[in-house]
Amino acid sequence: MSITLDRIFNVSLVGVGGQGILLTSDVLALAAMHAGLDVKKSEIHGMSQRGGSVISQVRFGARVHSPIIPDGQSDVLVSFERMEALRFAHLAKPGAKILVNDMDRIPVTVSSGLQAPVEDLDRRLAAYSGLTLIDANPLAIKAGNLRAANVVLLGALSAFAPFADEHWQAALRERIPAKLLEINLRAFAAGRDAVR
Amino acid sequence: MKKLLSANQAIAWAAYRAGCRVAAAYPGTPSTEILEHVAEFKGAINCEWSVNEKVAMEIGVGASLAGVRALVAMKHVGLNVAMDPLMTFTYVGAIGGMVIIVADDPSMHSSQNEQDNRSLAKFAKCLLFEPADSQEAYDMVTAGFELSEKYQVPVIVRTTTRTAHTSGIVDIGSGERGEAPGIPYVKNAQRNVAVPAHGRLMRFAVEKRSVVLRELTEASPFNRAEPGTGDLGLVASGVAYQYVKEVFPEAPVFKVGLSQPPPIEKIRAFAAGVKRLAVVEESDPVLAEQIRAAGIPVVEPQTELRMMELNPTRLAALRAELLGTPAPETPKPETGVPVRPPVLCSGCSHRGPFHILSKLKATVCGDIGCYTLGSAPPLAAMDTCICMGAAIGAAIGMRKAGLPNQRIAAVMGDSTFFHSGMTGLLDVAYNRIPITVMVFDNRITAMTGHQENPGSGHTLLGEISTQVRVADVARAFGIQRVHEVEPYDLANLEKVFAECLDGGEPAVVVVRGPCVLHEKWAGKFINEVDAEKCTACGACFRIGCPAIVRGEAKDPAGKRFKSRIDPQFCTGCNLCAQVCKFGAISPAK
Repeated sequence: MSITLDRIFNVSLVGVGGQGILLTSDVLALAAMHAGLDVKKSEIHGMSQRGGSVISQVRFGARVHSPIIPDGQSDVLVSFERMEALRFAHLAKPGAKILVNDMDRIPVTVSSGLQAPVEDLDRRLAAYSGLTLIDANPLAIKAGNLRAANVVLLGALSAFAPFADEHWQAALRERIPAKLLEINLRAFAAGRDAVR
Repeated sequence: MKKLLSANQAIAWAAYRAGCRVAAAYPGTPSTEILEHVAEFKGAINCEWSVNEKVAMEIGVGASLAGVRALVAMKHVGLNVAMDPLMTFTYVGAIGGMVIIVADDPSMHSSQNEQDNRSLAKFAKCLLFEPADSQEAYDMVTAGFELSEKYQVPVIVRTTTRTAHTSGIVDIGSGERGEAPGIPYVKNAQRNVAVPAHGRLMRFAVEKRSVVLRELTEASPFNRAEPGTGDLGLVASGVAYQYVKEVFPEAPVFKVGLSQPPPIEKIRAFAAGVKRLAVVEESDPVLAEQIRAAGIPVVEPQTELRMMELNPTRLAALRAELLGTPAPETPKPETGVPVRPPVLCSGCSHRGPFHILSKLKATVCGDIGCYTLGSAPPLAAMDTCICMGAAIGAAIGMRKAGLPNQRIAAVMGDSTFFHSGMTGLLDVAYNRIPITVMVFDNRITAMTGHQENPGSGHTLLGEISTQVRVADVARAFGIQRVHEVEPYDLANLEKVFAECLDGGEPAVVVVRGPCVLHEKWAGKFINEVDAEKCTACGACFRIGCPAIVRGEAKDPAGKRFKSRIDPQFCTGCNLCAQVCKFGAISPAK
């Protein structure tokens, strides 16, 4: 079953290398394709496995041109840890949904004292009206594996994206290895329940 | 058949469908995945990781001259290495279709420079396509094989990091393997042996071909005007076209797909239909200069568009300038957020050697790979980094310049050594240069995502192969002082490094330890910090391990934080315990 959209829907996913951002955005883009939409998924992952910041953007609609979302135009911003949410908050539309995994990955330059930590992270994040913190790590462990925290966040995102359950199911089955599917389906459902 | 594909995947599919028979590449972000996807076609295309881009290009040349279709792929700076064969192959001319993928990296997401290779296509008098998305990458590679054969010209497809790593929906037709008509090989020295007498004939043929290619580009469906309203017309190529369509949805646009040679007459006709013409292209003004040179006026905006990647936000500023409208309000990034640079992984085999080089105050000429991260604080153990293999030549030059520091080291990884370090090492041996060449051998091409190389013992297709030992190469070159050491014994590293650096003769030290990320290597234990013994001296922080984080407790003066080891990231490499003078770090119970 296809859906129609009268505008481009924009999702930015940000975090740290190794957190499963690229897989998450793959599933999102596949869901858009299964929903019969044009889609572009753009990511910068040259240094992704070395602990650097990672960003992936997914856009879908009737016809998508630019792979990059204009600043301030993301309908949903998903951040896989807290500080990256602040770094990329300007990508979100004013008042847009900002879904953040409630955990911190401290950069080595901060832990070793070369850079100062963010001052007042709690308050600065809370200034964004669309902010929702999600305990993705404990929910993933409960679903069967900490590594499924990315799919918990995807489940949370699914509550704000215009796809039917069949589109998500098809995308998840296409991208996730069969032996890990059950855990990830549980993680997805847990994420969705967490924001309802 | 429609699939969601990155441009890199789409290129592999196009090669498969077009009956390409030979593919060769050296890994380099953002082009690496092309050959990995070619390899997924299980031997349908004879493919390999070549030792460098020059060899890859030469393999393409041989295959083309033998009459089959060939694909060669590299990152932008790889073309510098491969220019030598290309500049003469363009004279000799292709027989089987030859498509060269060159992946530029505007913004230098993972590169050392931002060169725009479209100028090199002009220099080499060959055809160049600029795909704007994955579908075009597929279509242009498909067309590239045909045009290369028809006009006997090498065809370059210039992707960028953005197109290479953006996925979109691609129609790959039936998805089945295609067959190209093989062209029977005929020995023809006058055609294929580039000596001066033949080269002069070829030189004339190249100019004749250029005339034909100019007619071709004018007629190409990849170069087209798209109607719109308003006095401003925009010429755009590559991914810049997508930003123009997003930001100037109403404007007339001339889309350049086959951009070298540019379709000047078509653009002249387009320009005649608008009052002002602007050219939007990523990096250098390659098209704009050629359009101006043809006497077509092009506006020169104040908005800076020449450096770094373009994006819709930057084009919105251009729109405001050209149309005289107020700049759109966009949210500003938050300030005071610490940067998060990439770092050597916890357990990385490069950390210990860099720590010792830093301690010995060696002057270190570095090279391209994960280990370039050793240049960043807190290790800060590198003086120079230029290009693949340059460490050794630069170190020789420093020695010859009479640098007061006698401890001069060249540092590179195994894949870089095989790529272009071997020739530098031969120079060290031949000219008896007293420097120490250190090869950090983790037995894989790590930075680009773990590709096989001559030291790994496997090929692109995973077949078992010769495993070349760096130490054997050094000895074969006649270097007397050759050591192989393991990376996690700091005392031994210090002893061997100091001996070699102070030895007054050419030396090679191979530090052998597998990539911790690739082999998912973990020690037999993980460490923990005894907060009672920790004095918050900071020595363990200075090895720059991501597993060593700030603890809760402070030193008695309350100034500095004690350290803590994050058990999620500790691999038990035990370097931290070796730098701790207070015995505060030991295996967790």
